Amino acid sequence: MDHRPSNLLDEALGLDHHHQTKGRVVLIEDCVETSGAFVLHHLIKRSLSLNTSGVVIFVAFSQPFSHYDRILRKLGCNLVVQRDNNRFFFFDMLMLESPDVDGEKTSEDWLVSLYGKIRETVEANAQPEDNRNRVTIMTDDVSLMEVAANGSSNHVLDFLHYCHTLTSEFGCSLVTLNHEDIYTSMEGPTLLLQMEYLADVLIKAEPLATGLATDVHGQLTVLNKEIWDGQRSSRKKVHNFHFKVKENSVECFYPGSRT
Amino acid sequence: MAATKTQTSSFSRISSAVPSSRTPGLKYGPNGTIFISSGIADLDKILGGGFPLGSLVMVMEDTEAPHHMLLLRNFMSQGLVHNQPLLYASPSKDPRAFLGTLPSPVLSKDDKSRDHDSEQEKALRIAWQYKKYFGEQKQNLDSHRDAKHEYCNDFDLRKPLERHFLSGQSIDCVSIQDSPNVATFRDQCATFLAQFPRNDGSISCTGRIAIQSFCAPQCEYSNMEWDMLSFIRSLKGMIRSSNAVAVITFPPSLLSPSSSKRWQHMADTLLSVRAIPDEDKELAKLLTGYQDMVGLLNVHKVARINTQVPVILEATTFSIKLQKRRSLILECINQAPIDGSSGSSYGTSGSCSGSSKKGVLDF
Repeated sequence: MDHRPSNLLDEALGLDHHHQTKGRVVLIEDCVETSGAFVLHHLIKRSLSLNTSGVVIFVAFSQPFSHYDRILRKLGCNLVVQRDNNRFFFFDMLMLESPDVDGEKTSEDWLVSLYGKIRETVEANAQPEDNRNRVTIMTDDVSLMEVAANGSSNHVLDFLHYCHTLTSEFGCSLVTLNHEDIYTSMEGPTLLLQMEYLADVLIKAEPLATGLATDVHGQLTVLNKEIWDGQRSSRKKVHNFHFKVKENSVECFYPGSRT
Repeated sequence: MAATKTQTSSFSRISSAVPSSRTPGLKYGPNGTIFISSGIADLDKILGGGFPLGSLVMVMEDTEAPHHMLLLRNFMSQGLVHNQPLLYASPSKDPRAFLGTLPSPVLSKDDKSRDHDSEQEKALRIAWQYKKYFGEQKQNLDSHRDAKHEYCNDFDLRKPLERHFLSGQSIDCVSIQDSPNVATFRDQCATFLAQFPRNDGSISCTGRIAIQSFCAPQCEYSNMEWDMLSFIRSLKGMIRSSNAVAVITFPPSLLSPSSSKRWQHMADTLLSVRAIPDEDKELAKLLTGYQDMVGLLNVHKVARINTQVPVILEATTFSIKLQKRRSLILECINQAPIDGSSGSSYGTSGSCSGSSKKGVLDF
């Protein structure tokens, strides 16, 4: 019974499925009022859970390792152990030195070297013939990567494109978090639009239109662009539900289904 | 009395935890966070204890009013009273002059008398048979206040902070108008923060950084949005790994909308202040206690360190009031009864029935 609510999110993501998620790109969008980081935590937990042998490569710009460690521990997943088992690779970008005056070049340099490290790790861990050993590359979050690259979104986009090639080459998944409200006032093809184009699954975390409530923390809209194999084509593409974030789980439920 | 004692102890367990007695001004919170006080008792309460160490607090200014200075002053004074080193940066030519305007803590004797004052004042309004309950409650509150006194002081905005607080410890003042680029300022912050490395175990020293109007047009780099963003990003990184709290105030209207959102995303705790116009008749009708209000405080985000659960407050807008023209308090906004004249009748109907006694107290 306890598992049912969180299955709503898994179902929308297509995670309840067995022959699932090969080389998918997931984009999580949130805003100042409602953070979407919990989806990221949920996906880390799912990828590292016992019955899979997934590997997670985590590029952290917004929080230190201890933060994720504490959260995931409450979710029932020990990141330190997983790190020691070489299933969780943490790239701490928090203290990354900002590029100096000769700007552009250095920011490109570290992006290239970061990609190099990721690719190395993927190559070492991915076994494409084995479906169960999947690698997930996660980024928290892309807007800070943009800041670290001193505003050159093109370099960030290049980086994401390179990571995208890994999805077809090694069957990795790519999970990124970005903030929607940053880009709403911009015109033209923003980074976010490009990322939406790349994504197979788009998850939007928004506050409730009716304001904050203690029982409902916000709503999730999951757009699953992927067309599934024939017999499953009747799947709903868009899912919309409310969520409540707890320390040890995320409760998802349809609007009005809770009293 | 014994009963009240146990009550108090269970209530203030966190604040009176053993380590906090060793280092005044620290309070242990949930999820392994440690709070320091914002200098405003009500704000601490609203935020669930104060500002957690390692967090970045941002205050969105009202461009036409200096209300953010109230928050900054109390934050800085509280740090100095607790003997915590301070780095203050402002766009003015002489930032050290600002230290002269910091408020002084109210002495505990003063505090007591003030409590009695308010007690008497309130007692007049309350029917006599409830007085005894009220007195008990007050006493309770008093003892609680004593326990917490070390953590957060009351500040008298009219009295300047005494000299010995200012001379006794390390206070770095930086005029961000002078520094030609953000890199030098970042280095200054880095050297300041290097005093408080975070290593597991004991905390010997905590620091505070207060940056006023970071994107003010006086600064040479005010039009270099990416530079400022990467400054904030690296400041956040440094803060996370040290036992310090940084408060940055900024006028969001001076930034481009997307930059402003980026700033807001980077804040762990996000507040905004707004002045209320002097003679807004409609607002005056709408809100009770409008005359005493000096402004409004909005809580947009509460720091969420080591947890994924968002903090949902009962109210996000609070009125900033000056109590007796000297100490800063925050109150939930109460809507006045719809018809101004019916206010008294509402009150009397409440006091008629004994069961609604609580309601009268609450209002």
